[in-house]
Amino acid sequence: MATTAQLKSSPWNRRWRWFTNHLASVLAVGSTVLVIAPLVAIFADLVYKGASSLNWNFFTKVPAPVGELGGGMANAIVGSAVLLGIASAMGVPVGIAAGIYLAEYGRGTKLSTLVRFTADVLNGVPSIVMGIAAYALIVAPEKSFSAFAGGVALGIMMIPTVARTTEEMLLMVPHSIREAALGLGVPTWRSMLSITLKTALPGVITGCMLAFARVAGETAPLLFTAFGNGFVSTALNQPIEALPLQIYVYALSPYDEWHRLAWAGSLVLIVLIVVSVALVRYVTSRGVLKGAS
Amino acid sequence: MGVGIEVNKLNAWYGANHTLQDITLHIPANEATALIGPSGCGKSTFVRCLNRMHETNPIAKVTGDVKVGGMDIYSDISAVEVRRRIGMVFQRPNPFPTMSIYDNVASGLRLNGYRNRRVLDEVVERSLTHAALWDEVKHDLKKKSGASLSGGQQQRLCIARALAVDPEVLLMDEPASALDPVSTAKIEDLIFQLKVQYTIVIVTHNMQQAARVAERTGFFLNGKLIEFDSTHKIFTNPSDKRTEDYITGRFG
Repeated sequence: MATTAQLKSSPWNRRWRWFTNHLASVLAVGSTVLVIAPLVAIFADLVYKGASSLNWNFFTKVPAPVGELGGGMANAIVGSAVLLGIASAMGVPVGIAAGIYLAEYGRGTKLSTLVRFTADVLNGVPSIVMGIAAYALIVAPEKSFSAFAGGVALGIMMIPTVARTTEEMLLMVPHSIREAALGLGVPTWRSMLSITLKTALPGVITGCMLAFARVAGETAPLLFTAFGNGFVSTALNQPIEALPLQIYVYALSPYDEWHRLAWAGSLVLIVLIVVSVALVRYVTSRGVLKGAS
Repeated sequence: MGVGIEVNKLNAWYGANHTLQDITLHIPANEATALIGPSGCGKSTFVRCLNRMHETNPIAKVTGDVKVGGMDIYSDISAVEVRRRIGMVFQRPNPFPTMSIYDNVASGLRLNGYRNRRVLDEVVERSLTHAALWDEVKHDLKKKSGASLSGGQQQRLCIARALAVDPEVLLMDEPASALDPVSTAKIEDLIFQLKVQYTIVIVTHNMQQAARVAERTGFFLNGKLIEFDSTHKIFTNPSDKRTEDYITGRFG
């Protein structure tokens, strides 16, 4: 039996505990800083190099011919919006539906194993291969680069991320919640949509936003699908510009003016992504109740 | 009003595990019937067979017939319809976490397509009053999530939610086992009031609870119904030796 005297820690022991305790805190805080630092550095650099070229013209004008000053990226901003619209309209519903299948209906079936495997492989496919696929499937038969082809390439890239996060989030909904719904005499499909999916919604939305932010910055799949367009266009069967494409072209050019515009374009791209993610979060977090978990 | 339940030669399996063997009993209307027995004896499986929740487990199987109010629930009506008429309260309170208190109670009706606000308001107030929760939550009905309530309140919320769809039978699977004594007492008071209108089947580990609330008690052991009689008889003069051993604490 340990006596009270033995249970009291020695001064050395106390000092050691103080040391390890603080060491753990320092390591944790240090790692946090390490994670945040690159993001802050990139953002600061973008603001430093890009903000000076931002003006009203940047958002309203199309690119000026080489040698002329001014001009903007209105075509690319509109183009990115169109492309991401097509991609989300395709990637989000298909991804969520696939996630629902994986988590709710196909549990343990061969098909679900196949779908899960395919999604994981698709997630690892280099994005330029998506571009080639969309080129072969849409651009080549239509004999024209198009916004639609670019949107589809991005949309396919969104599906695996959305599907797998949806699956994981649905599986996290406690079984007791599903039982509660079934016990009330609610049909399975209804309980699935109104209870399980609704409970998992914050996580599902995070998955969608991750996928969205990822494809928003993609250049490679657009190179030979959306192709680029010097003018503002919203036609789905015509080539269209995108911010990453324009940044890519401008950054590789030999002109200082274009370099500055590329920096400004990068800044706008990041801000647009942050704003759209924040907006979706704000809209979906309204109506969350006190004490909801 | 409540209806009686006739169970005839009910057998249930989980995979190869024969969890219920030839259960035959008659549960009278508008009474509370308690089911007792050690863990794993099949009493939970039994109540889950009464509203066809048992079959939601893919490896589960069931045979035999269960008649509720004269209707065979395994052949005459769909599982969804059965569960609408036979409410269930689970061991752990399970309110819908994303819904307000009001929406939790209204969920059974809403998810089945009822939209009339006035009717819903009425049903919510009546159900919460019935579940003895109205006074505690009437000011936060639409502001607070069901998950923000205390454990005992959550369980009464779940009872209100089950009552809102106006069932004929209320199954309670150890409704108070996760609650403190004060909340338990409230749930027991509630059972007394509810059996005027509903037939109640309550699974419990707490023998005092069975003795307090139930007119009849069934003792389950290893998947068999050993004895089913008036609560008074079971607790004072059981006819089976195993029942006597269990209630006197000699095993289980």
